[in-house]
Amino acid sequence: MRIFGVLFRLAWRNLWRNHRRTIIMLGAIGVGVWAMIFMTALTRGMVDQMITDSIGVLPGHVQMHHPDYQDDPSIANRISISDADLKDKFDDAGFEAWASRVRVPAIITSERESRGVTLLGVDPAAESEISFFDYEGVEGRFLDDAADKGIVIGEELADTLETEIGKRVVLMSQDPDNEIADRGFRIVGLYSASTKAVEEAYAFIGKTTAQKMLHIDDATTEVVFLGDDYRNVEPIYDAVTSAVDDSVSVRRWYEIDTYLGTMMNVMDGFVLVWVVVIFMALSFGLVNTLVMAVFERVREIGLMLALGMKPGSILGQIIIESMLLMTLGLAAGNFLAWATVTPLESGIDVSIVSEGMEMWGAASVLYPKLYASDMILASGVVLLLGFLASLSPAWRASRYEPVEAITKV
Amino acid sequence: MSAVRCVDLCKTYRQGDQDIKALDHVSIEIGKGEFVCLSAPSGGGKTTLLNAIGGLDIPDSGEVYVDGERIDNLSKGELADLRLQHIGFVFQAYNLIPVLSARENVEFVMQVQGMPAAERREKSNAILKEVGLEGLEGRRPAEMSGGQQQRVAVARAIASRPALVLADEPTANLDSKTADELMELFTLLNKHHNTTFVIATHDQRVMTYAGRLIRMLDGRIVDDIDQRAA
Repeated sequence: MRIFGVLFRLAWRNLWRNHRRTIIMLGAIGVGVWAMIFMTALTRGMVDQMITDSIGVLPGHVQMHHPDYQDDPSIANRISISDADLKDKFDDAGFEAWASRVRVPAIITSERESRGVTLLGVDPAAESEISFFDYEGVEGRFLDDAADKGIVIGEELADTLETEIGKRVVLMSQDPDNEIADRGFRIVGLYSASTKAVEEAYAFIGKTTAQKMLHIDDATTEVVFLGDDYRNVEPIYDAVTSAVDDSVSVRRWYEIDTYLGTMMNVMDGFVLVWVVVIFMALSFGLVNTLVMAVFERVREIGLMLALGMKPGSILGQIIIESMLLMTLGLAAGNFLAWATVTPLESGIDVSIVSEGMEMWGAASVLYPKLYASDMILASGVVLLLGFLASLSPAWRASRYEPVEAITKV
Repeated sequence: MSAVRCVDLCKTYRQGDQDIKALDHVSIEIGKGEFVCLSAPSGGGKTTLLNAIGGLDIPDSGEVYVDGERIDNLSKGELADLRLQHIGFVFQAYNLIPVLSARENVEFVMQVQGMPAAERREKSNAILKEVGLEGLEGRRPAEMSGGQQQRVAVARAIASRPALVLADEPTANLDSKTADELMELFTLLNKHHNTTFVIATHDQRVMTYAGRLIRMLDGRIVDDIDQRAA
């Protein structure tokens, strides 16, 4: 440990021998680390929002279906558990955010246009715990209860159908006997969502109304559960699985929406690649700095070897110097990232490129998210790669022959 | 047991197309507590011999013993240990570590040896006082004169009480007054601590301080004079 003291002192003082070079290098590392974390925060915010929005309206964190519903999402593959039984199973077991729905493909027709939509028969009271949109933001009104006779569609769909609040539309689907099941609805509300694709895809009616229209008594097609964090759904998945038998299939959100699941994994990989690519650019500067530092100190290194310092200690000294440089740069970069991302967490308006963002399924306001795990990842990668990059100059320094090094001018 | 014993040392360097014999069958024995000067013109082999004794250079053939232990067949790590524990070096061009203060330079070897801080501090204080640098402990090499820097180098060489001090042209960059002061210091330390000194030089005045003068020419010992007897 005593040798570490002298190595640390030498490394620290040598670092500041050439102030200008060290400060430039620290600036480069700091900006590089900031860029890593800032870009990661933007990406995380975008992906989080995409997933959260999608999960809110689509899969929930965990969903329960008929085992064949995933392959054929028709009314034939419904869950034949009554609402009363579902309440017994889940309300009494302490599940707070859950809702049963009727969800089937349907055709919606106005007096001018027709479109294919996903019909969602919902109970507004249960949905309020988990739904994706702001009920206060609905133009007109949302459904009052499960027996409401009205329909709520997205603003984009209303434009497409060239219809509006107060007008009537017809919904058409199939009942369990493969007969046409249809009904007229008056539009009572228009909702807006983060993307136009969502506004065009879903039409909401009361759950009881849907059950009557489709002649399925009190059956549903899916039960949705929402937890606290989409990244940690295992506890809720285990709880639901243990509460039901084999007549239903329970899946996590990423098993239902594989695109979103893949997106999350791709983004995790992208973050790592991004961090490594930035560091590769930084490493040229780092290696150059260390090579210059070693080259300028050949004689000193020879002297220390001549006085009895072991080659391993010389190696250690150069590596400590590199790690000190990295640590200072990391501290600056992390602080800069914190100072710039935190004020932006309330949202960055990117509506100027909203169409491009929508292609990704993202909204026109980005909410960067600074995760400690991302800062730790960036710092860990920088330290590890910094260590590896410093090995070569450090090894070179430790291999000097003292008698030759000490006579270098 | 002798402090240093060299048996039939040979070392050849290649310079361009020419082979230069830096050591040509050199054998010497230096007793403990001796004050020896190696004298030779430039290229005469004195630095090569000093480096071989200090384990900084390995001879092509022959044997080197320091304090009875054969060192020419030791590994790099073992040689580093030997230098750290048993040998003090003073080089021609001061060779201090520029980012360390005078005291830290003196303590450097002791710290690498693993000596506790309090003991290091006590020894460095004493030795800096002995070499006349009291009050300059906190100065860095760039803030000291050449003579003061060489005194720090001497203090570093002897601070951990090595059995053997090797000095290569220690007065080459000093004026005559400072050179005399340094040699008197060497003589004093040799007497007080019974440290063996081997000094490579071609400075006639330095040679007068030595108890024994070994003259070399073209890598061979041509004369070995006991100056105390003379």
